[in-house]
This record gives sequence, structure tokens and C-alpha cells, in this order.
Amino acid sequence: MKVDVIHMGFFKNLFSSKEKRKNAQKYNLGMKKTRESVFGNLKVLLDSSELISEDLFSELEEIFIMADIGVDTVLKFVQTLRHKVEINRIQSVEDLKELIIEEMYKLYVNDKIVSSNLNIVNDRINIILFVGVNGVGKTTTIGKIANEYIHKGKKVLMVAGDTFRAGAINQLRIWSERVGADFFAKEEGSDPSSVMYDAISYAKENKIDLVLCDTAGRLQNKVNLMKELEKINKIIGREIEFAPHETLLVVDATTGQNGLSQAKIFNEVTRITGVVLTKLDGTAKGGIVLAIKDELDIPIKYIGLGEKLEDLEHFDIEEYIYSMFSDIF
Amino acid sequence: MAFDNLSDRLQMSLRRVTGKGRLTENDIEEMMREVRLSLLEADVNFKVVKEFTKEVKEQAMGEKILKGLNPGQQVVKIVHEELKKIMGDKAEPLTLNVMGVTTIMMVGLQGAGKTTTAGKLALHLRKTNNLKPLLVALDIYRPAAIEQLKTIGAQLDIPVFELGILEKPASIAKKALDYAKTNGFNLIVADTAGRLHIDELMMKELVDVKEVLKPQEILLTLDAMTGQDAVNVASSFHQSLSVTGSIMTKLDGDTRGGAALSLRTVTNIPIKFMGMGEKLDQFEVFHPERMASRILGMGDVLTLVDKVTQNIDEDDMMGMMEKMMSGKFNYNDFLKQLKMIKKMGSLGGMMKLIPGMNKAMQGANVDDKQLVFVEAIISSMTKSERKNPKLISQSSSRRKRIAKGSGRSVSEVNRLIQSLEQQTVMMKRMGSMDPNKINSANPMSALGNQPIKQKKGKGKNKSRFKF
Repeated sequence: MKVDVIHMGFFKNLFSSKEKRKNAQKYNLGMKKTRESVFGNLKVLLDSSELISEDLFSELEEIFIMADIGVDTVLKFVQTLRHKVEINRIQSVEDLKELIIEEMYKLYVNDKIVSSNLNIVNDRINIILFVGVNGVGKTTTIGKIANEYIHKGKKVLMVAGDTFRAGAINQLRIWSERVGADFFAKEEGSDPSSVMYDAISYAKENKIDLVLCDTAGRLQNKVNLMKELEKINKIIGREIEFAPHETLLVVDATTGQNGLSQAKIFNEVTRITGVVLTKLDGTAKGGIVLAIKDELDIPIKYIGLGEKLEDLEHFDIEEYIYSMFSDIF
Repeated sequence: MAFDNLSDRLQMSLRRVTGKGRLTENDIEEMMREVRLSLLEADVNFKVVKEFTKEVKEQAMGEKILKGLNPGQQVVKIVHEELKKIMGDKAEPLTLNVMGVTTIMMVGLQGAGKTTTAGKLALHLRKTNNLKPLLVALDIYRPAAIEQLKTIGAQLDIPVFELGILEKPASIAKKALDYAKTNGFNLIVADTAGRLHIDELMMKELVDVKEVLKPQEILLTLDAMTGQDAVNVASSFHQSLSVTGSIMTKLDGDTRGGAALSLRTVTNIPIKFMGMGEKLDQFEVFHPERMASRILGMGDVLTLVDKVTQNIDEDDMMGMMEKMMSGKFNYNDFLKQLKMIKKMGSLGGMMKLIPGMNKAMQGANVDDKQLVFVEAIISSMTKSERKNPKLISQSSSRRKRIAKGSGRSVSEVNRLIQSLEQQTVMMKRMGSMDPNKINSANPMSALGNQPIKQKKGKGKNKSRFKF
């Protein structure tokens, strides 16, 4: 990879540590297709432009939209770029590149400390609730996170809260056997809240450290299903103070603008503490999570980069930006 | 339903134009910007949006339009025509093997809804073409995928052919084909594992299955929430397998489903069906021209008619509509209506199919489970109470008795009374809408050549609701 050193100011700072670079390599592999398909365009565009023109800005707009970053976020972002270019009298396209990276980073971090660590502490039962629409990969994500924490020496319980979809309970059971987690389920069609209630009793009796609760996929506009989720959330909070300690919204990277609607409505029903972005190993870029962070201030916790157990990574914005842009610079 | 917001946006941007006598170039520019943004927000592929707005703009700029008497209406028409063109001009039927076994392969990304859709499709073809279906489980990777298909098969009373997870999909497919032939099945719906379109090994597996099954149809199942990447996914699957059609799933969500619009233009794959819910009969033939109308907020009277004729006596429905419009509406009618709705699917879905209702219903959460309670409450009314709603609204002791009888609370009974009143008012309003108002809520109504006249007497609303 050829890197132009002169224009690396901010960029270089981002990736000064060796470890970061090593991790980014792994991201790179998973996201290679992503970069090539979309941000490859950006390279061609930037390379072929000599002056920063209004056309260039609208092309940039288009390219970010193609990455599924929310329309409003893109418009705002490009407006910021225009403004910065003007006040800093930026004239070369090379400087603009650097500005894009810097602003994208700022957009995500927003002057705050954003952590991708989960709120999991010793000596208590930690509860994580997984929610999302149908088919995003909730059950698989639970399997992967269970694997991570079992390796960290935690006693993990998986709870089959999807009592609706045919085969869902067994799907989770198979995962629990694969990773060696405890497993709790009732029969198909049970009230999921009662499953949670009993699972928490089980967790208390069996000294479980971490409870991972699966729920049925639900489209956010289904009133009854969202009420059901509200109830699940309430029951968990009643049984264990301040629980669930994390509520993770699982979002498929191929999702378009609807991801924002998902985050908004799920967040109204159960306060979402983080996003898991799955299936990033395809050609989709999952840019909608940037809009989710921008509009709702919900951070991304994990990204899924494949079907294997270890193909789940803690999200790191620097690596994310790096891997998206490393071909361009 | 999908496209709600898109139609709102388009209506917003077109409203300004509709009201004007003459269009300036600026008007068109401004409108195209709105259309462009709106389509992008709906996840329509970027290239499609570009083409679309370019085409519409060119046509709108033409002399003919600008000198026309009512340019706004003509622009609306151009947009509509163009949308129709993009989505394909008419519904594409499935190719069936009339003499032997029809084989259909379901393919797609993980989590698109292949397994559920396989069941829905088998049910649909059994119902409409009287075929004897066999479901074939070829997803040997996802844990419990076979079990999921078996559960669905059991629910529908459709046998499932499976050989566990150790045999290769192509070999399972071959045995399934033999099994179907010897056991008198004439339809195979094969559920394959979800896979990434860039996973070459996995795509090769599908090619192997295809060689064995020689399917009449290879259907790409695509999540309606898919963003810009939809086109990449579809193109890759199409390249490897020559996909014959696609099924859009999860269209019962609030996604605007712009992927549907893109798919046909960029890949030329026709969309054949749409999944409208988790229940196995929530499955419909995709009608591009109707979808185009829906985008523009014209409602979807034709789909409604389809549902009605499939499930309901047409005269019944006519009488009901008339009664609703006249404002003479009692609990018997309400109950009858509930039963019709139950037969046809979800209340929310139905309401949105009626032109104008979409707007009128905004903000009202339609909750299907409540229907059961409502039925219980009405069943606890006396015959005269059902006929004459005033009896209940004027007597609290009657309301208490009904609440007790139905096991619901008095406030629920009150709510029912209110909703009957609301409905009566709403229907009256719809029945007496003047043409100008209809214009603004539904620009396409202006397209009809004949002005809408207020007829007097029975059947005065027939012109608007083509039942």
C-alpha cells in the first residue's frame, strides 16, 4: 500500500501504534470488498480532480449516500466540509482528503469519549438484551459474544427469548453447545417475559456472570411486538436492578435508511446502549450506523465480519475509518 | 406500508406544482431536487435516481408540457409513468412446468427470509395452481434451519424432504427430485442456505444445485430494507445463476423499499412476489404498476379488489362501503367489517390500500389484537343495541353491563363507542369530499379525464371506489 507521507498529518496520528495497525489489517481483510466497491470511487474522483469545485462536493455527497450514510447526515457532513474548506482556504484536493478523514472522525466521536466496551462488571449478574428486526443475525451475534466472554473466564447463560420463529430455540441451543454456555429455554410459543423471569432465577441459582437474552426479530412498526419488548425490558429491570445493563440493537450492514428508523423506535421502547453491525464482510458498508451515531448518539459496539465464531470485533472508529479510506490515501 | 414516506414527499414536492397554472424552469429544478432526495431517502439506487430525475426533467421541460393547460398534472403523470417503467410494466407470472415437476430454487443473503418465503410460495401455488408441493431443505449450515422449514411445512401440511446436514446440497437436491417424481409431487420449492454474493465457493454450490434441479424459476429473496447495496447483491446472484425473478420480503415494515424500484432497472430481474408479514398467508403477487400508483399515494384499489374477490362476496363489500359513506353505521356493520378484515389480513394494511385513507389514518395505531376484544364487546350487546348505537352511548348502565359481559373494562367499551363514532364521521367526510380537496390529498385523482361529479342517491360513491 502506497501512502503519501506528506499528507498524513492527522491520519498518521490515528495509526501511530503498532497494535492499531495490526488490527486494522484484520479489518482490512473483512472490509476489502467494501472499500473497493464504494470508496474506490472516491479515489478515482479525488485523483481526477485538481481543484475543489462545487461539482466535487456534490459528487462527494453522492458517494457518501451510496455508502448508506443517512441523507441528512451526509448533507450536514458535506456542508461542514464546504465551510471548512472556505475558512481554512483549502485549495488542494490532497488537503481535502485529510479534511474528510478528520471530519468523519469528529462526526463519530463528537468531542466525547466513545467506548466500545460493554458495561460488564464482576460480582453481579450482567444482563445483555439483544433486539432488532428479523434476520439481522441476533442469534449468531449472541453465540459470538458468549464465546468471547467464556474465554475471559465468565460463566455465560444464553436465554432463548425468541419463542416465535420456528427453529429459533434450537438454533440458540446449538450455539450454546458449540461455545459451552449454559442454556435456558421454555417451549415454543411461551411468553418471552416469563422466559426471562425464569432465566433470571436460573442465573441467580447457578451463579451466572453474564446473561445474553435473545429476542424474536420484530419490525419496529409492529405495535404489539414492540409492547411485548417493553414488557420483557420491564420484567428484567424488576428482577435485577439497573438491568438490562446493555441493550444492543443488531443492524444488518446491508440495511439502508431504514436502519435509522429501527434505531429511533427501538430506542423509544428499550433504551439502546449500543449497535452491533453485522455482515460487514459483504459489499455493503453499513454507513447507516454513522447516521445512528450522529442523530441518536448511540455508539457502535461490535462489527460482524464473517460466519466464524471469532469473526466479531470490538468496534474501533479509527480502524473503521482507516480501513475505509486506506486505499484512497 | 412501504413507500408511505416516499409518497408523502413526492406529494409535498408536487403539490406546489399541481396548484400552479404554468411551470417555470425553476419550478422543475426545485421539484426534481425534492424527488431526488426523496428517492435517495427511500434507498433507491443512486444511479436509478439520476436516470429517473433526468428523464422526468427532460419530459417536463418539453414545450408541450409548458404550454399545456394544466402542467402540474402532466408532470405528475410523467413521474407516475416513469416509476411504472422502472419497476416493469406488468406483473410477471411464474413459469411452471405443466407436464412434469416444477422446480423452484430460493436464493439470497443471510436473513433475507428465504425459509419463510419458501413456505409461503408453496402455499400460494397450492392455492392458486392446485399444485402438490414438496419443500426441500438444502440449508445445511445455519443451525436449526432444517427444523425451521419442517415446522413451517407442518403448519401448512406440506411435506419437507431433508437428509440432515452431512450430505451435499446438490446430492440432496437430486434425491429430492427423484422422490418428488415417484411420490406424485409436481412442485419442488428448494430452500438454500443464505450466503454472501461474493463468496465464490458458496455460489459454486448453488450452481451445482441448479445443474441438478434445472429449475424453472430461481428466485432471489431480497429484504425490502436493503440499502444501496441491493443492486450489487442482485447483480452478483444474477451473474452466477441467471436469476429469473425476485421476491421482496418484509414489506410490511415501515421501509420505503426503494430497492424494489432499482432492482428492475439495473438488473432487469422482475419482482414477482412480496412478503407482507410473518404469517404464512401474508404473501402477494407483486404488481409493478400498482406499486407505482402506491408510491404516488393513489392508494391501491386494485390490490384491495384482489383481496376482496379472493375472500369476500363483492356485493357484501359494496353494501358496506355505501353504508359507511352514508354515515348510517351500526355495530352489526362494525362486526361484519371486522370479520371481513380478519379474512383479508391486517387492518392497518387494508386501510392503507384505500386512497385517501393513508393520510386520514396517519398517527392512528391500528392494533390487530384489539380486534378480538372488540368482537367480544359487540357480542355482549343486545340486538337492539347493536342496531342503534345511541342506546349505548347514552346509558352508562348498559355500558357497564356490556363491559362485564365481555370481560373488558368500561373504558374499552367507551373507546369502541368512540371509534364507531369516529369512523362514522370519517366515512361521512370521505363520502362528501369535494373534488378540490381530493386533488390536494391525491394528485393522481386529477388525472382522470372526467371531473368527479357528486351524484345523488344510492351508489353515489361508486365512481371513486371501483368495487
